[in-house]
Amino acid sequence: MATFKEFRNNVKPNWCPGCGDFSIQAAIQRAAANVGLEPEQLAVISGIGCSGRISGYINAYGLHGIHGRALPIAQGVKLANRELTVIASGGDGDGFAIGMGHTVHAIRRNLNITYIVMDNQIYGLTKGQTSPRSAEGFKTKSTPEGSIESTLSPLEIAMSAGATFVAQSFSSDLKGLTSLIEQGIKHEGFSLINVFSPCVTFNKINTYDWFKENIVSLDGFPDYDPSNRMAAMNKIMETNGLLTGLIYQNTTRKSYEDMITGFKSEGLANQELAITEEQFNQLVSEFK
Amino acid sequence: MISQLSWKIGGQQGEGVESTDRIFSTALNRLGYYLYGYRHFSSRIKGGHTNNKIRISTKPIRAISDDLDILVAFDQESIDLNVHELRPGGVIVADAKFGPVIPDGVDARLFAVPITKIAEDLGTSLMKNMVASGASWALLGLPLEVLGKAVEEEFGRKGPAIVEKNIQAVKNGAEFVLEQAGGPLEDFKLEEADGKQKLFMIGNEAIGLGSVAAGCRLMSAYPITPASEIMEYLIKKLPKFGGTVVQTEDEIAAVTMAIGANYAGVRTMTASAGPGLSLMMEAIGLSGMTETPLVIINTQRGGPSTGLPTKQEQSDLNAMVYGTHGEIPKIVIAPASIEDCFYDMVEAFNLSEEYQVPVIVMTDLQLSLGKQSCEMLDFSKVEINRGKLVKETPPLEGHELFKRYELTEDGISPRVLPGAKGGLHHVTGVEHDEVGRPSENANNRRKMMDKRLGKLNGLQVRDALRIDAPHENPDLLVIGMGSTGGTIDAARTKLQEDGLTSNHITIRQIHPFPTEALTPYLQSAKRVVVIENNATAQLASQVKMYAGFGDKIKSLLKYDGNPFLPLEVYQACKGMSEDGNI
Repeated sequence: MATFKEFRNNVKPNWCPGCGDFSIQAAIQRAAANVGLEPEQLAVISGIGCSGRISGYINAYGLHGIHGRALPIAQGVKLANRELTVIASGGDGDGFAIGMGHTVHAIRRNLNITYIVMDNQIYGLTKGQTSPRSAEGFKTKSTPEGSIESTLSPLEIAMSAGATFVAQSFSSDLKGLTSLIEQGIKHEGFSLINVFSPCVTFNKINTYDWFKENIVSLDGFPDYDPSNRMAAMNKIMETNGLLTGLIYQNTTRKSYEDMITGFKSEGLANQELAITEEQFNQLVSEFK
Repeated sequence: MISQLSWKIGGQQGEGVESTDRIFSTALNRLGYYLYGYRHFSSRIKGGHTNNKIRISTKPIRAISDDLDILVAFDQESIDLNVHELRPGGVIVADAKFGPVIPDGVDARLFAVPITKIAEDLGTSLMKNMVASGASWALLGLPLEVLGKAVEEEFGRKGPAIVEKNIQAVKNGAEFVLEQAGGPLEDFKLEEADGKQKLFMIGNEAIGLGSVAAGCRLMSAYPITPASEIMEYLIKKLPKFGGTVVQTEDEIAAVTMAIGANYAGVRTMTASAGPGLSLMMEAIGLSGMTETPLVIINTQRGGPSTGLPTKQEQSDLNAMVYGTHGEIPKIVIAPASIEDCFYDMVEAFNLSEEYQVPVIVMTDLQLSLGKQSCEMLDFSKVEINRGKLVKETPPLEGHELFKRYELTEDGISPRVLPGAKGGLHHVTGVEHDEVGRPSENANNRRKMMDKRLGKLNGLQVRDALRIDAPHENPDLLVIGMGSTGGTIDAARTKLQEDGLTSNHITIRQIHPFPTEALTPYLQSAKRVVVIENNATAQLASQVKMYAGFGDKIKSLLKYDGNPFLPLEVYQACKGMSEDGNI
């Protein structure tokens, strides 16, 4: 069985020293090993941005696509071969700005994939512009007088879109994050894990210290029941979205793949493509 | 006895125009006639004039006719809007309910049949379609039991009582009109058909059928006119073969999902029309850059923007050839018949895997939606070729990765699917090296660009040109693409009668342009006319740019939303050959 080291490759990430993304990468590698995967059984599909490079830093199958489209690509991979474990990942700009439409519909569709958002509340690779996750009043290169748009709450959106697994974590909490990713992979359906991943270069507000001071861990609420949708929504609103842990999980809804008529458990990619002459003749007969 | 006839039904959208046509023409197909249909419809669901026209012939036909023999009208508007097509002495069968009148100066025979009343007397006005098909059928003197059989199949699943009622409606419509006309119309008596089994389908159905045969198992798509029938066909069929159709949130999701699925090893396509194609452009570049197979169907309609969504046009050629930023290899093929729609899908999926490139199959509205006879399809011609796809790979050592983008002589690299043990590699839309890792190295960049762009050198697809060149030095070479071939041939027959010789080439491989194959035909013709449904002569521009001969190439363009008529093509070609101008 593979250890987390086998999910490492020899590529040096081009992230800034101290970037939260390093820990997220490590957590994915650990979680993959912990759930018993081999590198070839995992496909990491990422978007564009600093975080999008992650698929190249994990020793597994990886596709670094186009901005905002990690989720539809990942869903295509999963539909084609449901035997693969598929992780989609990208930044808050990728998933909640340009790709928000896909995020909501991927949540609704509920394919069995795990979506890890590396949320730094800023555009890093383009050198510091506002993101939908930036706080109101946040000054950036594109909002020199401070952002005048309201901050988007991905957790509330996920809940209202019918998510079956919603979690949030902080990149400094490697253990907690690894455990959430494991749970996400094991969840039979779409799992959203939003991870606060401080940008040490461009976001001087939402820093490691800021998060440590402001976030609330659900570990502190032993009675919290993640299967209670209303309680989950309340908790998100109560904490202004600054909470970590497994916020909501619905284990009763089947995954999309399990609801498709005639969809086999064997990956489509491993099935025979050709049809028989008899099947062909049957198809043709309706046009006579 | 006549060998061909044109029939049209008109009414308000949602009034049974479609179903009347369906029953009537299915029965004609059973008798072995060749049929060619044209749908005139609007971008709305209920209301608005709509009409379906079919041409019935004892010989193969691939064009609508200039004129009309029989017009079936559910309202006066249908008469007023279509009577100009009616040939002198033609027939109008109209619902007596609205008190139909023949417009002034029109030479026509009118049969006012109480279509609505007959249907209502049998229980519901919904059966107007049956009455109308029965009346049409009876006037042609065709055997009623064949029509009855088609009705039985249409309604069989609704139970015998419904079938019986509908057959009664057919019979009552037939009886009424026969009494009024004093029997079947002698001058509309069709020669017997060859009785050979044919298929009767629209291009979109042939595309769907071809895809299933080609091993396509997934489709991701967003509804759009005139492409939706493809997804509607496949959602009925793919589950039987273990696959499915996903209706995505937009065309960007549709195309990127298809890319993901192709990457993971399943033949997957998407289908759209102009607006959707525009949204897909960035992703087409991803497919080209990452050498991931992809098949896109673009059913062209009137552009730009929302344009004329339900009308004929061929104006996306430039978008398909030049769309997407940067430079990628890409194949664009254009089926020109229903049979092509089927076989080209097999070809498209094969090409996309053999060359690891995006392949766009372009149809136009008339080809996608016009229902027509199709020769029996030959299953033995369906061959699946997955190119350099490797199943088994030797184990990788240490940090070694599979050379997914290995520099090879033909530029095509071995391809392995996720899940394979020795196949780990990276895929990125960023410029990359042989194992897929990002690289900005100038030397690598040159090599990779040359590799990708060189893959299609000398490519010639099946029937890259469809050539009908009986003359060594014709007065005219007529060039077209897509659905216009039949119309061009009909015009050529008339030109021949005038003593003008012509050759005809249908360009099926739009990109890369088949310059070498086309050049001798351009050379040997006195004049060349390129016929296309757009305003800017996009196909002619390709011909001139790649093959030259600009001095003898003229264009015949039509962009009013309607397909060319044989007479228009004939007159333009004739005029051009006489004074050198169109």
